[in-house]
Amino acid sequence: MRIIKAEDIKNAVKAMFMSLNCNIGDDITNALKKSLANEESDTAKAVLNQLIENNEIAKREQIPLCQDTGMAVLFVEYGDKVTIDGDFSEAIMQGVREAYIDGYLRKSVVDDPVFDRRNTNDNTPAVVHTKIVSGETLRITAASKGFGSENMSKIKMLAPSASVEGVEEFILETVRAAGPNPCPPIVVGVGIGGTFEQAAKLSKMASIRSVDSKNADERYADLEDRLLEKINEMNIGPAGLKGKTTALKVNIEYEPTHIASIPVAVNICCHACRHQSIEM
Amino acid sequence: MSIKLSLPLKKEDIKKLKAGDSVTLTGELYTARDAAHKRFYEMVLSGEKLPINIKNETIYYVGPAPAKPGSVIGPCGPTSSYRMDKYTPMLLDMGLCAMIGKGERSDEVIDAIKRNGAVYFAAIGGAAALISKSIVKDEYVCFEDLQTESVHKYTVKDFPCIVAIDSFGNDVYK
Repeated sequence: MRIIKAEDIKNAVKAMFMSLNCNIGDDITNALKKSLANEESDTAKAVLNQLIENNEIAKREQIPLCQDTGMAVLFVEYGDKVTIDGDFSEAIMQGVREAYIDGYLRKSVVDDPVFDRRNTNDNTPAVVHTKIVSGETLRITAASKGFGSENMSKIKMLAPSASVEGVEEFILETVRAAGPNPCPPIVVGVGIGGTFEQAAKLSKMASIRSVDSKNADERYADLEDRLLEKINEMNIGPAGLKGKTTALKVNIEYEPTHIASIPVAVNICCHACRHQSIEM
Repeated sequence: MSIKLSLPLKKEDIKKLKAGDSVTLTGELYTARDAAHKRFYEMVLSGEKLPINIKNETIYYVGPAPAKPGSVIGPCGPTSSYRMDKYTPMLLDMGLCAMIGKGERSDEVIDAIKRNGAVYFAAIGGAAALISKSIVKDEYVCFEDLQTESVHKYTVKDFPCIVAIDSFGNDVYK
């Protein structure tokens, strides 16, 4: 048995959200710079240069790189030999609360989606996905998800007869329909398999996987590459003002599914693809 | 080269703009996004007077992050404009002459832009820290309870935008 203090979890969550909103990952910075070298149009280059400059200002001044500091999403892998000293859920919520208040992050959560829509004023509740794993480690991934891109995400339950062509077509159709709205260049997170809700969850996990990574299964890795190529031929471009860089990466996560279906979820993330992980 | 424009915009200046032009804006504008638009719309429908006179004004679709102590404003990039489409033709017909946001607009909005000789600018989505450097003054106007969605008046200096839909209905996204 290993004991982790709830207070340490709260502090770790707070530190991650304060940091990830001001410091974009090196993988995104490098991908933006690589795209800049590949672009031909002056407008596309100008937009990419502004994004690179924007992220440098955010890092230098420790201010959020985007005003939409998102809804807080956390993936927790909870080792079954770990005992928390204190209230685990409250530690996570308090970490989010303190980060958004002390870190000058925007409070973007409303209490009721349809009727009241009153701001909760501290950006809670966060969306927390917990998985029990074996071991003595607690691993937390934190992401701030902006909703300009979240709103452009889609899910579809395909018949097995749709096969890989149907999967590709749905992903491409989703990106095409999103057009300039989700702040391209985007990261396309794709979840395939499982159930309806599991596909959606996988697509979120895929959207915050490093853009330098690829699926371990070669067939899925090839599909990631092929989709990226087709998406970047759509000429949506940086900020939707045309160009060769519509997406920085397509990441696919898959899981076993039912004999009757191919669930496919496409979770789009803007270029401000912000996430950090910690192991305790 | 960017075209330098002063706010409030003059109708004859708007007429000269073409979709795709780079511009910089200097002067005063109002902020309003989803919740403030909904209120404006409901106020007009129920015959109430709007808290701001929107005639010849520019509205920026933004909900900024809080300002750090000592800063004029926090990061403040544009939000997606299509969510304001339901409310926009009415505001354009009341004299609103320019909007700043990001992304596509509906056919109804494009028709209203043409009908009123208005213009729709796009700012760069996600360039919020950079854009905040163009805001030199921030004054609260109304709807305090809407928090980040409340209406403010910004004084901007050389705010960089692209003409996304010009007064003739040409659309840079098409």
